[in-house]
Amino acid sequence: MKRMGQSFVEYRSREIESIERRLFLRQSLSLGALSLLSGCSITDQESVASTLAAMSGWNDRVQGWLFDPARLAPEYPESAITWPFPFNAYYGEDEVPAIDATDYRLELAGRIRDRKPWTLPELYALPQVSQVTRHICVEGWSAIGKWSGTPFRVFLERVGADTTARYVGFKCEDDYYSSIDMATALHPQTLLAFRYADRILPAKYGFPMKLRVPTKLGFKNPKHIRAIFVTNQYPGGYWEDQGYNWFSGS
Amino acid sequence: MEAGQQAPWVRIHPAVVRVTHWLNALAILIMATSGWRIYNASPLFSFRFPSDLTLGGWLGGALQWHFAAMWLLAANGLTYLAYGILFGHFRRKLWPIAPGAVIADILAALRGRLAHRDLSVYNAAQRAAYAAVILTIIVLVLSGLAVWKPVQLQGLAALMGGYEGARVVHFVAMALTVFIVIVHVVMVALVPKTFPSMFTGRIRSPR
Repeated sequence: MKRMGQSFVEYRSREIESIERRLFLRQSLSLGALSLLSGCSITDQESVASTLAAMSGWNDRVQGWLFDPARLAPEYPESAITWPFPFNAYYGEDEVPAIDATDYRLELAGRIRDRKPWTLPELYALPQVSQVTRHICVEGWSAIGKWSGTPFRVFLERVGADTTARYVGFKCEDDYYSSIDMATALHPQTLLAFRYADRILPAKYGFPMKLRVPTKLGFKNPKHIRAIFVTNQYPGGYWEDQGYNWFSGS
Repeated sequence: MEAGQQAPWVRIHPAVVRVTHWLNALAILIMATSGWRIYNASPLFSFRFPSDLTLGGWLGGALQWHFAAMWLLAANGLTYLAYGILFGHFRRKLWPIAPGAVIADILAALRGRLAHRDLSVYNAAQRAAYAAVILTIIVLVLSGLAVWKPVQLQGLAALMGGYEGARVVHFVAMALTVFIVIVHVVMVALVPKTFPSMFTGRIRSPR
């Protein structure tokens, strides 16, 4: 478990990411040369990058077809929970946002009928369920945790969201943002999670709430959610805009 | 054969095999080097692959390469398997594989005494190696699917011990494939007349 935390710290500092991206440009040049050797007409790195982006878009569509809205992610006994559960963000653990519970309001926007902001006591009064599921990181590691909260479908129906819209987007207190497809938003295991391991979600795991999506990779589980919006315009995401596959389904 | 007379041309590699061979080589090269970069983001074991050997520049770039080249690997591999099965290529060229003959050929190769007179017929070590690499790539693809879709394809993932088990299977299948590729390239370097035939399909061979 320690290894996971270390791998995160080593690989998620912004400095390293920017160095890696510069190397990416250099290496895609040499790949351009390789494709020239193999007889492809792709000769410059921009067309390589746009081809890769197009393939990622194709993979979004394939994953949309593969996604079975009734198939449940495996659930585990509580004895299987990973302890401690790794901390995970695009910044270090000392930069986790401090959010005041009394001032907090969840904002709603877009194709939602009742867009009044929600306080935490109102959210905690919604029906609650629990799950013990595996969180799989885009880096490859995985960890099992227990999250409790409201099925996201229940919340979306309660506020009168247009569930025929294509996307649900999230804006977070730590300037993170992401978005998911409506089919996944309505999946029975997609939770608006307020608790981790039977306790109010600690700051490092996303206080006051995190979207728990056991059918997607970890970075599609935004924490510290400040606003939720429903839209037909592709909203992208913090990592998605840098090249991670948008659908990233499990 | 009379003195001065060259050996006759013999067709040894059908066009389908040559084309799928080189497309597969390209796909495996991209999958392995991008896969090493993905591995480096969260190593299963206590080592990392040298960055200079990896493709993609960063995790996101490597994932894009990996999930693009997988389509080439799968489509090309299915074409080759369909050809091998439906047109009798596997039965003709890879069958039978006798364990005793395989061991004898490997020992002969290690002593530098493996004969390569008739290149239209694979020796037992070649048959075993080519059959093995077909199997390791099939396992690579199946374990890769399990790592990619451990929820949608959870039955497949369960066969490999779940998500974490499938990661290990994927790594081991990669290591075996890379090992066979290295041996293959070394053997081509030792018997260089086999190399041009993988482009032209024919070779001068005494019968």
